[in-house]
Amino acid sequence: MDIRSQISMVFHLDKCIGCHTCSIACKNIWTDRKGAEYMWWNNVETKPGTGYPSKWEDQDTYKGGWEKNGNSISLKGAGKFKGMKSLFHNSNMPVIDDYYEPWTYKYENLFEAKEGDDQPIARPVSLITGEYITPKSGPNWDDDLAGSEDYAKNDVNFKNLSPAEQEAMFQLERITLHYLPRMCNHCLNPACVAACPSGAIYKRGEDGVVLINQKKCRAWRMCVTACPYKKSYYNWNTGKSEKCVLCYPRLEAGQAPACHHSCVGRIRYIGVMLYDADKIEAAAASNDEDLVQNQLDIYVDPNDPRVIAAAKENGIHDSTIECAQKSPVYKFVKEWELALPLHPEFRTLPNLFYVPPLLPTMAFVNEEGTYETTSENFWGAIEKSRLPMGYMASLFSAGNEETIKTVLKKLMAVRLHRREETVGDLPKEEAMGAMKDAVMDKEMADAIFRLTSLPLFDQRFVIPPAHREEAMEMLESTADVKGNSGFGFKEPPVRGL
Amino acid sequence: MSNNFFFIGLPYAALVVLLVGSIMRYMNLGFKISSLSSQFLEGKELFYGSRPFHWGLVFLFFGHLVAFLFPRSVIAWNSVPVRLLILEVSALGFGLSALFGLLILVVRRAKNRRLIMVTSKMDVFVYVLLFTQIVSGLWVAYFVRWGSAWFPAVLTPYLKSIFLFDPDIAGVAAMPLSVKIHIVSAFTLIGMIPFTRFMHFLVYPFRYFYRPYQYVIWNWDRKKIRSSRKLVNGVRSKNN
Ligand code: HEM
Ligand code: SF4
Ligand code: SF4
Repeated sequence: MDIRSQISMVFHLDKCIGCHTCSIACKNIWTDRKGAEYMWWNNVETKPGTGYPSKWEDQDTYKGGWEKNGNSISLKGAGKFKGMKSLFHNSNMPVIDDYYEPWTYKYENLFEAKEGDDQPIARPVSLITGEYITPKSGPNWDDDLAGSEDYAKNDVNFKNLSPAEQEAMFQLERITLHYLPRMCNHCLNPACVAACPSGAIYKRGEDGVVLINQKKCRAWRMCVTACPYKKSYYNWNTGKSEKCVLCYPRLEAGQAPACHHSCVGRIRYIGVMLYDADKIEAAAASNDEDLVQNQLDIYVDPNDPRVIAAAKENGIHDSTIECAQKSPVYKFVKEWELALPLHPEFRTLPNLFYVPPLLPTMAFVNEEGTYETTSENFWGAIEKSRLPMGYMASLFSAGNEETIKTVLKKLMAVRLHRREETVGDLPKEEAMGAMKDAVMDKEMADAIFRLTSLPLFDQRFVIPPAHREEAMEMLESTADVKGNSGFGFKEPPVRGL
Repeated sequence: MSNNFFFIGLPYAALVVLLVGSIMRYMNLGFKISSLSSQFLEGKELFYGSRPFHWGLVFLFFGHLVAFLFPRSVIAWNSVPVRLLILEVSALGFGLSALFGLLILVVRRAKNRRLIMVTSKMDVFVYVLLFTQIVSGLWVAYFVRWGSAWFPAVLTPYLKSIFLFDPDIAGVAAMPLSVKIHIVSAFTLIGMIPFTRFMHFLVYPFRYFYRPYQYVIWNWDRKKIRSSRKLVNGVRSKNN
């Protein structure tokens, strides 16, 4: 057992209102610079849709992530052989047009235009060339367009759906959408790290944040190819790649990352997960249908005395262990098994988990024109849901529909239980039956309800202290300095000649 | 006089500048060392430019290196005329490939507004230098035959004398102008490495081949910090 600690996240998709506040918070802090304008370390997509960069999920084109090779895995489009032989020209690299050409407006024209018959306008200009352009795409141009030919129809997750199923999704009464906020997953098996020839990308041992050393990056641009989530970006101006830093300066000060802090829907949770690093390799090489389960098995129970002992053995601070015990992520992911990784088949073992959306996925209208909500109809209706299970499974469980169904049943059981408690218009047996089906008791249902709907700030964000008070000891032993003439003194206090 | 300047002064100046300059740039301006890839702004034509250009140059570089390090083997190899021909033709091929690639690269850059935005004066200088270098090389290959036969006899001793700090330029001084241009431009190129994007091949990532794929950095060794017994001795953690 090699216990390490990892800052992990849960996004509750039922709560996301698609407001993009998270993206803006991030942009204002980190990527409002020349060369970084096009980067959205955090972005929000509409599903079904093509996302940003366009069709990023299609690894036949982008060649991101790992692929299974017998009992082992190898990088799909980079690595010691595949990557190094195409250093001179990376065959699988997205270009700016796959994202969009960033632009601003000539605002000064509004003030400086000569007097004339027409109202002055602020024309869009490219942030790369400075020329007038007509923007043709943007980071969220598929926003809310779940029925569109251009975006929704080209969603990569339809690949494994039958034509009839696809057809059905675009019937007017059935068209549905949900939002998918995305950011770097600070993976346990990061493809970006593995692909970087310079060794500029690394995972921090203490909290698992994945960072790019800007001084070591040499623009071999392999991480851009390798990250299957397309969350490593190339800055065309500096000639260095950049990615989400999980707001580590904020984390170290005990604050939640800006995207989390500002989230309007309060969909975001962040907390510590303890995991067994020895299991990473085997889990990443599991068969598709076991991927989710094997990944969840990597995370260990922070209340288990053996785990605690092993964690201490590895130098994990008591306060971090305590945070792991209170972690909302642990509850959603392990205790309740409600949250799933996005596209586990990319095999990077992402540390961002999503509670799949129940509504509007489930809701469908019955003959009377009202929403069907009773459990009897509900259970039977999973197959009939607006978004086919195959679609959800393609997003969150590498195609395993059972996993998705189990989660959805749990989510519905919580609702029926709460409805029975607060509105009281359901027979008790029905709520009880639903919970029994979903293998949960009243306490668990209430706990899920509370952390979903009424969590306090401190319950959503449980961030371990960085222990700056020990910073001196982190860098060097204080005993070294004993007998010196003062801190920060570089020369030994030896008498001059 | 000018021979002394071009074949003794320039080489030593270039080598000193290379040594001191690249170390200083690496230590002080680490952020500025990058291949400055422009593939993100234009990816299609780069393929036809960058690949032939680089593969051509890489093979030519090693070709020159072998001729310098193992002159006797090269002469021995050339003792059979067919083998000489094979060597010369392939060298010419790599040269043409480099030239072809370079031309594509230059045209690509000149006609694309986005690329012009990321083109510095030094990039233009680099193009001119490389053009001179490659064209003079091709000229020599075609008109001053057979390079692989006289290089070991004339240039190897000259280069060796430079590195042994006992410069002997009698051989080079007698060479045709095209060869002289090739040599001068080569040393200029070497001297310019620290000031241009040429830095990128000095940082070729050899380590990647033998390091494990995953890379975890611990800021400090907490195990050591936690053991109070050792603290007295002043244990400095590995990473600092
Ligand atoms: C084996 C070592 C080398 C590697 C790994 C390497 C790699 C690269 C890479 C990744 C680029 C950026 C291409 C892009 O825009 O995406 C580049 C560009 C360039 N390299 Fe190299 N290179 C090497 C050797 C050389 C040598 C020996 C020279 C010349 C003496 C050279 C001259 C250039 C030039 C001039 C460019 C700019 C091309 C352009 O954008 O027009 N490289 N190189
Ligand atoms: S999401 Fe991409 S960039 Fe982030 S750690 Fe994983 S592989 Fe790296
Ligand atoms: S701020 Fe929160 S609710 Fe708004 S789009 Fe982002 S994740 Fe969704």
